[in-house]
Amino acid sequence: MTYAPSERQRERFAYRRRQAIRSVLLAAGSTAVVGTLLVLGVTGSPGWPRVKQSFFNLTVAREYFPAVLEGFWLNVRLFVVCAPLALALGLLIAVLRTLRGPVTFPVRVLAAGYTYSYRGLPLIIAIYLFAFGIPGLRLQGTPDVVVLGGAAIVITYGAYLAEVFRAGIESVHPSQVAAARSLGLSYRQAMRHVVLPQAVRRVTPPLLNDIVALQKDVGLISLAGPIDAIRAAQIGVAKSGNFTPYVVAAVLFILLALPLIAITDRVTLRAARAQNAGA
Amino acid sequence: MVSRFTPLLVGGAALALTAVTACSPVEDSNASGASPSSSSADACPSGALGTVAAGKLTIGTDDPAYEPWFKDSKPANGQGFESAVAYQVAERLGYSKENVVWTSVTFNNAIAPGPKAFDFDINQFSITDERKQAVDFSSPYYLVRQTVITTKKSKIAGAKTLAELNSAKLGAQVGTTSYQAITDVIKPATKPSVFNNNDDAKKALENGTVDGIVVDLPTAFYMTGAELKDGVIVGQVPQVGVPEQFGLVLDKGSKLTGCVSQAVDQLRGDGTLAVLEKTWLSDAGAPELK
Repeated sequence: MTYAPSERQRERFAYRRRQAIRSVLLAAGSTAVVGTLLVLGVTGSPGWPRVKQSFFNLTVAREYFPAVLEGFWLNVRLFVVCAPLALALGLLIAVLRTLRGPVTFPVRVLAAGYTYSYRGLPLIIAIYLFAFGIPGLRLQGTPDVVVLGGAAIVITYGAYLAEVFRAGIESVHPSQVAAARSLGLSYRQAMRHVVLPQAVRRVTPPLLNDIVALQKDVGLISLAGPIDAIRAAQIGVAKSGNFTPYVVAAVLFILLALPLIAITDRVTLRAARAQNAGA
Repeated sequence: MVSRFTPLLVGGAALALTAVTACSPVEDSNASGASPSSSSADACPSGALGTVAAGKLTIGTDDPAYEPWFKDSKPANGQGFESAVAYQVAERLGYSKENVVWTSVTFNNAIAPGPKAFDFDINQFSITDERKQAVDFSSPYYLVRQTVITTKKSKIAGAKTLAELNSAKLGAQVGTTSYQAITDVIKPATKPSVFNNNDDAKKALENGTVDGIVVDLPTAFYMTGAELKDGVIVGQVPQVGVPEQFGLVLDKGSKLTGCVSQAVDQLRGDGTLAVLEKTWLSDAGAPELK
């Protein structure tokens, strides 16, 4: 026997469909109104032709796009290397900060000192100190300024990520460790198999958020001397007297960030669903 | 409405025009005597200009006066690029060496509006529109050149030609003619480093993260002389971009401006300025890179 919805149920379906169509139409309508107002507000302003000419100039954009793109390749490579390193460093520091016992006190103090100071230190100054200070020591085998600048980024973001990881670790209820220990797992095993998997899953959205921030801050490497996307854009601005190259660089950075932002949103949504399903 | 006011407008415009045309030649006639169409020789009578001190030409500069623009901080010895230029201009104006008087004027006082104690001042003044609001400038007597500097230990310290800089890692400040000199003239194989300012570039040079940096010649002399330990000038790069221009400073609306400019133009025209530049700048520590 096939399922046939009752008269009443069909009415319910029809009502829901009408409601859905109505809300979509309303949303589309209000979006159109807001969008039109925004476009009119911006393009109708007295200075718009000049702004358009100096920030959204297609000819200038085309002229400096290759140079900015070439510089952007440096940013991409830097990000691909720095992000995993910063995550690893953050996780290590977080674990060190959560160690128990009086013997590990100095380790905890050092780890805490590191997170305090590098979260306070502006990244620009960290890059200056690393890229101009360390080569000044004139030690044998000092790495390239790009490596030093990258190290400044890794160490600064490692401090932020460490705090996020620590928050995750501490959000796992102590009873979980107690249960693990009672099963015969050592402290390390309990951390490795019980605490960290839960901790990382809980803090994935804020971690990814910090990674997105890192992604754009790799642009500060230009301070150390190499020509990255932002510096290439700055050179273009100086040459053309037009700000469009900055917009070109901005678009490239946004395009790079979009996939990561989409992943962050999906992870957040999944985490929220998982939580609710359990409740 | 229109018809009622039109005669008034036309009348007003005519009056204004008359006022302007009547006023403007007054200043000229003061300087050039009775007839405006007289030849330039009459406009600038040799050795008898309306100078601050009659019969003397008073030239200002700062104290201390730095090399290579002056020598031993004594402008009156005729040595150093600007001292030499000043005496050449004086000669063209009809003032012999004995009739030149030097006076000490600080840089800021010289370009500030207000009465001047000099006939003209020579102190590496860049000609800018902002400064033109307060003072007069002569024709430029020097176009600032870009210069490669480094430290003694660097591999390019002994370079004599642009080709020898090909493998060097060079640096410059962003958005400057110096950077343009690297990309347009030197064209090294290694990508240049670009810094927010000259101080960062200098630090990178001291650290050895770049082999040399490009700055303008006055900065090159200052950095190698006063700021860098073991700093050396590698050499001057051929003229590039829109160079900064140095001009003689005169009081705003000075009667001498035309005469001084004319003298400078003559010096440039007959090659005297080129010779002085070679003698006091190129041969005195900043050779040409060919």
